[in-house]
Amino acid sequence: MRGMDVNVEGYVHSVETGGAVDGPGLRFVVFLTGCALRCLYCHNPDTWHMPDGKKTGVASLLNEIAEYRDFLQRTGGGVTVTGGEPLAQPEFVTALFQGCKALGLHTALDTSGFLGANATDALLAATDLVLLDIKSFGPETYKRLTGGNLAPTLRFAERLSAMGRPVWLRYVLVPGVTDDLKSIEALAAYASRLGMAKVEVLPFHKMGESKWEALDLPYTLKNTQPPSAALVAKVKDIFVGHGLKTV
Amino acid sequence: MDRVAAAVADKDVRYLSVNENAEAGGFLGTVWKREVNVRDFIQHNVTPYFDDESFLAAPTERTKQLWNFVLELMNRERVKGGTLDMDTEIVSTIVSHKPGYISQELEQIVGLQTEKPFKRALMPFGGIRVAENAVEAYGYRVSQPVHDFFTCYRKTHNDGVFDVYTDTVRKARKVGIITGLPDGYGRGRIIGDYRRVALYGVDRLIADRKDQFNQLDTVITEETIRLREELAEQIKALKELKAMAKSYGFDIARPALNAREAVQWTYFAYLGAVKEQNGAAMSLGRVASFLDVYFERDLKTGVLSEPEAQEIVDHLVMKLRMVRFARTPEYNELFSGDPTWVTEVLGGMSMDGRPLVTRTTFRFLHTLSNLGPAPEPNLTVLWSEKLPVAFKRYCAQMSIETSSIQYENDDLMRPYWGDDYGIACCVSAMRIGKQMQFFGARANLAKTLLYAINGGRDEQTGEQIGPRFAPVTGDVLEYEDVLSRLDAMMDWLAGTYMDALNIIHYMHDKYCYERLEMALHDRDTLRTMACGIAGLSIAADSLSAIKYAKVRPIRDERGLVTKFEIEGEFPCYGNNDDRADSIAVELVERFMRKLRTKRTYRNAVATQSVLTITSNVVYGKKTGDTPDGRKAGEPFAPGANPMHGRDKKGALASLSSVAKLPYDSAQDGISNTFSIVPSALGKTRHGRKDNLVGLLDGYFSKAGFHLNVNVFDRETLLDAMDHPEKYPQLTIRVSGYAVNFIKLTREQQLDVINRTFHDHV
Repeated sequence: MRGMDVNVEGYVHSVETGGAVDGPGLRFVVFLTGCALRCLYCHNPDTWHMPDGKKTGVASLLNEIAEYRDFLQRTGGGVTVTGGEPLAQPEFVTALFQGCKALGLHTALDTSGFLGANATDALLAATDLVLLDIKSFGPETYKRLTGGNLAPTLRFAERLSAMGRPVWLRYVLVPGVTDDLKSIEALAAYASRLGMAKVEVLPFHKMGESKWEALDLPYTLKNTQPPSAALVAKVKDIFVGHGLKTV
Repeated sequence: MDRVAAAVADKDVRYLSVNENAEAGGFLGTVWKREVNVRDFIQHNVTPYFDDESFLAAPTERTKQLWNFVLELMNRERVKGGTLDMDTEIVSTIVSHKPGYISQELEQIVGLQTEKPFKRALMPFGGIRVAENAVEAYGYRVSQPVHDFFTCYRKTHNDGVFDVYTDTVRKARKVGIITGLPDGYGRGRIIGDYRRVALYGVDRLIADRKDQFNQLDTVITEETIRLREELAEQIKALKELKAMAKSYGFDIARPALNAREAVQWTYFAYLGAVKEQNGAAMSLGRVASFLDVYFERDLKTGVLSEPEAQEIVDHLVMKLRMVRFARTPEYNELFSGDPTWVTEVLGGMSMDGRPLVTRTTFRFLHTLSNLGPAPEPNLTVLWSEKLPVAFKRYCAQMSIETSSIQYENDDLMRPYWGDDYGIACCVSAMRIGKQMQFFGARANLAKTLLYAINGGRDEQTGEQIGPRFAPVTGDVLEYEDVLSRLDAMMDWLAGTYMDALNIIHYMHDKYCYERLEMALHDRDTLRTMACGIAGLSIAADSLSAIKYAKVRPIRDERGLVTKFEIEGEFPCYGNNDDRADSIAVELVERFMRKLRTKRTYRNAVATQSVLTITSNVVYGKKTGDTPDGRKAGEPFAPGANPMHGRDKKGALASLSSVAKLPYDSAQDGISNTFSIVPSALGKTRHGRKDNLVGLLDGYFSKAGFHLNVNVFDRETLLDAMDHPEKYPQLTIRVSGYAVNFIKLTREQQLDVINRTFHDHV
């Protein structure tokens, strides 16, 4: 493909040849290493450090993906890059997505938006869908939860909106941390204004806890329980109330 | 025995003329009227259905009441330890028992194996000791006269086999390098064309048989003598079938005149088969779209409504769910969960490009809603990329709701077997009424690899079982060296295995012949010798470890290699990595080549399957440590599945690996079981359906052969282990068939739970 660098290499944690929850249809999911945030509930803390990944050439990864093109296309699926934070390796993602487009595959970028400034226009041109995780709409909560600032994510969201790129908002609902309904109300209004295509309310789960233990990291949400079905429904209603589609 | 005599003495055979037959049916086509040819009838009269399931009807009051009776009996059977009642006096034949009913006024389709529901029949022709063991395992005793008769006067299949077995076969069988051989139980895997009884009536079939008998009078050789005797037996069986139906008040001498009769006639034929044979798998065949022709006509002429049509199908399926056989604990260990493999294939495409999906295809699947999920009948969808989309989506929905369906690749099989084949047992295709198989269970490839390393000595007993080749002597296993030893050992295995099968099927034909099932075949049938392998993924991963990592054999005091030290990493089968997958492919091809060089009984065509049913657990028990790191006694992966936990790249990679196994070298089928948690299949109901459809389309377009689809959470299974009473109908697909989860042994349950549950697609 014109302009695509077939020699670029990236740090890949692992791949999953069939995901059905990270974008439409069946997905080939690429987990990259490297992330600047340290979210308290992170379920992939083993992907934080870029050098922990396996150095992989984009061409060989694309060859692997091509094996599954038929599966992915039949279901309206494609390739999702997640991590880690994919935008920690923007050149690699750009080359990968450009290669995917050449294969005729749908591309989805699962990102916190924190490194949104790294996303070049070329990268976004090859991105069919952004799964944008806004961890919290309150700057302080955001900081406490992730260790980073909210502002870069919002700047990225606004840029995507201006470019007319489809965005699915992802919101992890953590009791006692991100369940402030007023803040959610404000986020819903914001998402609606930016014309986000869909909202996924993801109930907090503790499936990552064992990984924290394995890495000898202190897991601070030990006593936090997953949100009740009623709370999840209530939060979804807020988004629906702002004219948004939820899953 | 007086009823048998009466049936056989019935000389009053009425021949139906072609014209009468046409009047009786009023259906299109000519060839099927001239000769026995059900396919031709279907081709001329079937109405493919392209729309969705919205026409389907809920169960009638009668169905609900009747099903509640059946459920109650099933519950009593479970509480009583798995068997409700057993016959200890009457030897089961087609006409041995008085008519039996569940609740006569409710039943729209009648007929039971014995005079009472769930009373298991006594079938000693396969082996009196085995029949007695089965009865005694549940606290009963076979009556003295029957015992005496079968020990003093009448030899059985089992006796015959053990009179003749060679020393090598006995040893190979004992250590478990060849296991599950049908030498003490009925071989099954033969599908009578039960539809013929509905289409032609029994008299026409008898006349046809007599005609064929009379043609065999020019040269009397051993072969024609055998065939004439078989035809004579078949004619007797058909007469008995008529007598049995008559005892229920039906005259099946003539063709069925309407849908209800077509179903009843077809079922009587099947019932005759399961009264006569305790076969390991007693498939129904491919009846749905055949019966649909009758349903369509009755619905059109207004003599039947949709709820009535569904009721007839529901009542047939209820009967199929009630088929029972007396079986020994050893048998249950191999084939856990009391399966009968009443396999019915649904869908598929016609050679001319029309789908063979009809409304009745939907009605059969709809029984899973009306009666709830169940392992039997073993509903098998013949998948084609070209099947109507609405049907594909309905199948996916029913899989997601019930986990009771298996899928097999019609686009792959149709070029081999045409468009009127059925599936015997789990994955064995055969043209209905034109082909049969000699079931051969399976040989243990993983253990064979250990024999190659140990020079033919058994790694558990130390005994010399295989040929006394020089054992491996080095400190590190060399790939080429091990492979050439394995090749020689596979040669020996294939020969010993074929010897065993030739003996078994010779004796089964002689002492336990399937009279009625073969009466519903063409006179000259294609026979396959259906061999099989177990432990494929273990053997492949072991060879991969030897090739790509460093494997040191550890010898015990007897000089036997019983442990392995593995240094470094190696690719495993199941990750769509050709380095490992090509080894698996090569093993399948290599063993098939060897089988093809062996002489077979009755010139059967050698085939093989990659299928374990639930015997993967038993095989594992009988196999020592393997070079892939598996410990002695650990279960194998079932069928052609990658070893659990080793397929690390997700479902699509795993499916892609299995799809590489060549059907041409495994024409008896390649079984693959896929389990996924519902939430991982998609976020919405529609999404889940579409994703499953795409997954099946994708897998089969890669030439994947078979897929069991399970959709549920591991937690459900764990809960069902502790509270079986809460899950009376929890159905789960294992290698090639479905079982009632709560009927599995605890060991089997744990094996199922420990296997890979994809939490991504």
